[in-house]
Amino acid sequence: MDDLKDKAWRNDAAAKVTGRARYTDDLKLPGMLHAVPVYSEFVHARLIEVDSAAAAKSPGVVRIITARDVPGVNRCGQILKDLHVLADDKIRYNGDVAAVVVAETRAQAVAAARRVRVLAAPWPEVLDPEQALLPGAPLVHEEHGSNLIHRHVIRRGDIDRGFAESAHIIEQEFRTPFVEHAYLEPEAALCRVRGDGIVEVRGSMQHPYSTRRFVSEFLGLPLARVEVVGTPMGGGFGGKDDTAALVCARTALAALLTGRPVKMTYDREWSMRESYKRHPYLMRYRMGVGADGLIKAVYVRMVADGGAYCSVSPWVTWRSTVQCCGPYVVPNVDGEVSSVYTNNVFTGAMRGFGSPQVNFAIEQLVEMAAEKAGLSGVEFRRRNMVRQGSTTITGQVLEGHVVSLSQVFDRVLAESGYEEKLKRASRGRGEDDYYGIGLALSYRGVSLGAEGTDFCAAVVSVQYDGSVLLETGVHENGQGAESAMILILAEELGVERGRIVYRRSSTSSVPDSATTVASRGTIMGGGAVSRAAAAVRLQMAGAIAAELGCAPEEVRFAGGRLTAPNGKSVDFTEAARRLYRDQKYPYALGVFPAPHVTWDEHTGQGKAYFTWVYGCQAVELTVGRRTGRIKLLNAWAAHDVGRAVNSAALLGQFYGGMAMGAGYGLFEELAMKDGHLTSLNYDTYRIPRATDMPEMTAIILENRDPLSPSGAKSIGEPANELMAPAIANAYFHATGQRRFELPVGRVR
Amino acid sequence: MKPAAPPALVVNGRGMRVSAADKRKNLLTFLREDLDLTGAKRGCGIGQCGACTVLADNRPLRSCHALVADVLGRSLTTIEGLAAPDGSLHPLQQAFIDHGAIQCGFCTPGMVLTAHAFLLKHPAPTREEARKAIGSNLCRCTGYQQIIDAILAAAPHYKK
Repeated sequence: MDDLKDKAWRNDAAAKVTGRARYTDDLKLPGMLHAVPVYSEFVHARLIEVDSAAAAKSPGVVRIITARDVPGVNRCGQILKDLHVLADDKIRYNGDVAAVVVAETRAQAVAAARRVRVLAAPWPEVLDPEQALLPGAPLVHEEHGSNLIHRHVIRRGDIDRGFAESAHIIEQEFRTPFVEHAYLEPEAALCRVRGDGIVEVRGSMQHPYSTRRFVSEFLGLPLARVEVVGTPMGGGFGGKDDTAALVCARTALAALLTGRPVKMTYDREWSMRESYKRHPYLMRYRMGVGADGLIKAVYVRMVADGGAYCSVSPWVTWRSTVQCCGPYVVPNVDGEVSSVYTNNVFTGAMRGFGSPQVNFAIEQLVEMAAEKAGLSGVEFRRRNMVRQGSTTITGQVLEGHVVSLSQVFDRVLAESGYEEKLKRASRGRGEDDYYGIGLALSYRGVSLGAEGTDFCAAVVSVQYDGSVLLETGVHENGQGAESAMILILAEELGVERGRIVYRRSSTSSVPDSATTVASRGTIMGGGAVSRAAAAVRLQMAGAIAAELGCAPEEVRFAGGRLTAPNGKSVDFTEAARRLYRDQKYPYALGVFPAPHVTWDEHTGQGKAYFTWVYGCQAVELTVGRRTGRIKLLNAWAAHDVGRAVNSAALLGQFYGGMAMGAGYGLFEELAMKDGHLTSLNYDTYRIPRATDMPEMTAIILENRDPLSPSGAKSIGEPANELMAPAIANAYFHATGQRRFELPVGRVR
Repeated sequence: MKPAAPPALVVNGRGMRVSAADKRKNLLTFLREDLDLTGAKRGCGIGQCGACTVLADNRPLRSCHALVADVLGRSLTTIEGLAAPDGSLHPLQQAFIDHGAIQCGFCTPGMVLTAHAFLLKHPAPTREEARKAIGSNLCRCTGYQQIIDAILAAAPHYKK
């Protein structure tokens, strides 16, 4: 068996390090045209006409496409179909696309796009989500009847009694900003209509199946006539869902209408202008704490700016609802989370998905509560944290897996030397730069939970020479999903990974497995791979069990051999051959349906997620006395991942998540003016550079999860949701001042 | 017999002539579209992210911000030219793989070339020097830590 754990390995690393990996914009097809989007100057306006007469006469222009050219349904969306692929009745935000210009060259398309005139009547706009909920506010979607997209509630216990039992009440308002995913590769799509009439879509997207759905509805074609083919992708972080699908849909229409292959590659400015962001939140918390230092009650009202379209706002805000009290036992809760339409850029999925916002609030709030109760933050957390068998605020009993919150907490406390270092924190005193350390805890429901139908497929096909083809419904976003799937299969079949080839799947070959988001790739895809492998093992064992003198279930797969309890064995390849000779295939479709979850929309109670992960991060920093400049010195993270499948890739998720979380904590925010984004590139939107980051220590805990067939759980989002509150707490310990708005390092 | 004029441009060791029209082209576009060297990526188009980095006489250059005319007479190395002619990886490339320094891979070509130029000049860097060396190349996936690990691991190969 080869080195499964000690050395980094990825199936796509050699291609990526040599420049051989071909991303969407790297591909060319004979006769290919180029398409570019046309925006308008408006933020909210009634659309009258797209005047493309002048642009149509521009050199090289082949076609200009508007909403009138759409053969299918122009409205799409994963929850509400409120998102027009090409602007029809109204402009609802400054990133709405009014037309697409298709030309022989990209330069010609760009030149012509400038000559398209979008004629519209400006309409009163609403940019503040709280104002958007007031009577008489301009409606972003008239047919929706109000600007409220969705409201989740959570009611547990008796909130009045909870506050009556409290000795201390802490009230605080928190705010978080619009944040950009800032994947390095802007959106791109390459589409063609094949000779067999199939519309083939390649693109930079993390959800081939919902892209297929968008494209098929937009073109008026059945799902089977649209094939989305996986293509190397330069990062997503939740951001290549809706917008990326729209880019694919418009490009597919251009290919259909011109009869030629069409490529559309976004400039960074277009990407930032049009693509959805992380929701800004306004959170008003009131927490009651008893004389015993236990949290008695939490009352919270949150407003999330959904921007111009629904996207997945109801799902994002649902996670915020479930996790609004952090990983603490709270017997009495009254919570409401509203997502609201405005004429701002729309918001949707981003790594964390509704948790980074509430974690920023709750992890400061518990420290403020601890102080009032005369306890240390560490002691307060210990008294209130969820443990094995605890009941969550949604009434879910945490059982069936190891509730390891105290484990991750203890590990970070020990490795960072937290309590000793906290004693040295400046608290705004002293002559030198301020010094502080801070931490944050979380639990996180794994995968989609009760927000959606959750299942995933994998196909394992053993060839007669013993090589193995693997396909799954999980998408390679850059995180190493394919490699993780290969490693799980190698272990399950007891063969070296070199035998296994991951066939980049198409939506036409693997059943709809939903989107690769919600940190569900490893647990759901790995579950499907495990199931498929189990079926193939039984097939292969069945062919040789009689010869080995045992039952098929007793055959062990290891070291490239099938071995009976009596020691007799047959080579893996020989067993595969045997099956083919018997006119049988060592082939299986594995399906992993997520275990049952429940949810009552009216009370906000239920078994929200089938399992949970637990994490803790800490950070040490200085704050310049005069400059206010924050410098991170060291950072630690401990996460229970169930099982480490690929250690180097796992560490990459730790470090990358911490860096993105540090950016959120320190300086990331999109600048806006009157509904226009003014951060449109990396010069005006700052993401962490190597020199902004400290050395990071990753602490991996492995408590195999019985509900995950591969034992593995999640890491992508857990790693990303804790650094901002840890920075906020460290900042307080350094300066003696709380920051209730992100980013903490905003120049004030 | 007139002696052959020196080539206008050397790309990955191969000399080539460029037309007057080519000289006015954006260097990144020229590499990607005309030479089909698509390893260099367009991440921002304004020289901020470093995904388009190539080496000109072993010094990093933001190709999205240069014209072909700017590099006439110089020797360019793109990521496609770093491995040996037989395809075997450069030790730095291997170190990136071995240390898990690659995720989505979009920043990787620019990151590898920037690190290569740095190590040619500083074959025994400290961790902090390596960190500074890639301080102008953006990566959104890795948090940079494993990239720095890879640079330090490859450094001994640069000692003459």
